[in-house]
Amino acid sequence: MASAAAVLQSEWTKIRTVSSTTWTLISVFLATVVIGGVISAVSNSTFGDLSDVSQTTFDPTLTSFSGMVLGQLAMVVFGVLVVGSEYSSGMIRTSLAAVPRRATFLFSKIGVAGLLALVVGLITGFVAFFIGQALLGDHSTTIGEPGVLRAVIGSGLYMCLIALFSMGITVMLRSSMLSLGILMPFFFLVSNILAAVPKAKDVAHYFPDQAGQKLLQVVPDAANGGGGSYGPWGGFGIMCAWVVAALIGGYLVLRNRDA
Amino acid sequence: MGLEMIEAAGLTKRYGAKTAVHDLTFEVRPGHVTGFLGPNGSGKSTTMRMIVGLDRPTSGTVTVGGRPFRQTPNAPRKVGALLDAQAVHGGRSARNHLLSLAQLSGIPASRVEEVLDVVGLRDVAGKRSKGFSLGMGQRLGIAAALLGDPQVLLFDEPVNGLDPEGIYWVRTLMKRLAAEGRTVLVSSHLMSEMAVTADHLLVIGRGRLLADMSVREFISRNSADFARVRVADDAAGRTGELAAAVAEAGGRALKEPDGALRVTGIDLPRISDLAHKADIRLWELSPHHASLEEAYMRLTQDVVDYRSTDDELAGFTPPEDEAHPLDTAPGPPEVPEVPAQGWYAPPPPGQAPPQTRSRP
Ligand SMILES: Nc1ncnc2c1ncn2[C@@H]1O[C@H](COP(=O)(O)OP(=O)(O)OP(=O)(O)O)[C@@H](O)[C@H]1O
Ligand SMILES: [Mg+2]
Repeated sequence: MASAAAVLQSEWTKIRTVSSTTWTLISVFLATVVIGGVISAVSNSTFGDLSDVSQTTFDPTLTSFSGMVLGQLAMVVFGVLVVGSEYSSGMIRTSLAAVPRRATFLFSKIGVAGLLALVVGLITGFVAFFIGQALLGDHSTTIGEPGVLRAVIGSGLYMCLIALFSMGITVMLRSSMLSLGILMPFFFLVSNILAAVPKAKDVAHYFPDQAGQKLLQVVPDAANGGGGSYGPWGGFGIMCAWVVAALIGGYLVLRNRDA
Repeated sequence: MGLEMIEAAGLTKRYGAKTAVHDLTFEVRPGHVTGFLGPNGSGKSTTMRMIVGLDRPTSGTVTVGGRPFRQTPNAPRKVGALLDAQAVHGGRSARNHLLSLAQLSGIPASRVEEVLDVVGLRDVAGKRSKGFSLGMGQRLGIAAALLGDPQVLLFDEPVNGLDPEGIYWVRTLMKRLAAEGRTVLVSSHLMSEMAVTADHLLVIGRGRLLADMSVREFISRNSADFARVRVADDAAGRTGELAAAVAEAGGRALKEPDGALRVTGIDLPRISDLAHKADIRLWELSPHHASLEEAYMRLTQDVVDYRSTDDELAGFTPPEDEAHPLDTAPGPPEVPEVPAQGWYAPPPPGQAPPQTRSRP
């Protein structure tokens, strides 16, 4: 019977038997940990060059997550490929002929991939944190400090939400190339640039990635942290709203359009 | 009985301005192989996609076992479909592809090995399907359709790319599935294959239903038996004379590409008499019973959308050094091939003769 459990199992088989998905997740881990480590080490050795303000608002936790700028892009690729490969290969028609109920199919698929993204995100977050702190030397923090554990777990949640958002967008656009062409520049450039432009900033703070990154911040006014008038969980909520909107949009497209 | 039927009522599908399927009403019953025929672009695949809920009908309904497919519980155990054999992720092995589908349907993994054996792919089951040949891909698609041991089976051009042994296997498979009481709908362009596989036919043209009847009835309704007449070589010039005599006697004679005549409307002894009276010797006078292919061609010749014309090769000059030495002397002009439309026997009385129409 095409129960959710059966679809979950099947989706797990699909993900694990295609090497591209495995590789994107390995890239998420490597990019985040390696770049975070390098930036932590550099920050440690150049800490004296920072201005006084920067020194007081230095956020060691956020610094160890610096690699997520690239790591999240690999997560976007993962999310896009999990869904997009169904469309590019035509597998979607075979899958939907087997599981005609769109909601069961879509949410099981997204559930499996999202869970996997969460697990990889959490592992990546913890490893990046501990390696980063080790390399930050005297300027490091510990997992026991207030807000730090929340930020580290938040990094895993953030990664998972990025993957879910990408999946939702890809179901809507029904194409890997199109989705990557929109999501990659958006997360890598547009969002970050707008967040630095005075007026646009006020809007950009409500973009999914800008809002979600609040969760990774321990020092509220950290130099490289986001702005916005919401706290970490407020940011998480905003990002969740984006994800829910993308998934509902994707579901409606899947339900109403011909496969 | 009625539980596993496919029923379409007023089924219509439009893609923008293009009507791919127009007001189809039919039933596909269990226990028979139903052949689904129609020219390229006539809407067969579209209809099959609507049956399994991939495309939404613009209007009308189609149900399997009384329910729209999207609402069918346990769907993969009820309906198996081969729609597009290419619709697999090429990076996955055949076994893993089938395994993911089996898990979707709650089918034990051991069934995967069974269907791999049935379609003869066991030896390559671990290989990525990207490297599969056309026929291997087709076999994988058939394996996927058989996975859930379903009551209703849809096959869109299953023998496409199969070798003769594979074609024979598919034929016996379809017949066996139908004999087990399942509902089997198969589309194909291979009429000779359909003639020996199908019991019942659905024929569509430009999205409209042209025929829904048994194969036997279809052939007898859509073909007039005819006689092939060939005059002796030394009297070849008098073929026209005989054709005129046939016409005068109320028959109809068409010239075949090899110079013989195809005569309808009068029986063989009468043709013999006419020839004898005109003092024309015959080398052939044979009764001809139409095949499914001919019956099909006659029915659909007006609704064929994509017809080939002769390749004129304008702009190409024949390679000179390869020219045949005997071709240098200009021989008598060849008799032009009779165009396909005139080639098939005329429609039975009461039906408009085929129009010759020029297409854009
Ligand atoms: N997704 C689509 N968008 C637009 N037009 C389509 C679409 N799918 C099919 N069509 C059109 O609908 C018509 C019927 O196509 P369909 O594939 O059903 O024909 P078919 O009978 O399966 O032909 P063939 O024998 O070549 O497989 C064609 O004119 C085709 O161009
Ligand atoms: Mg087709």
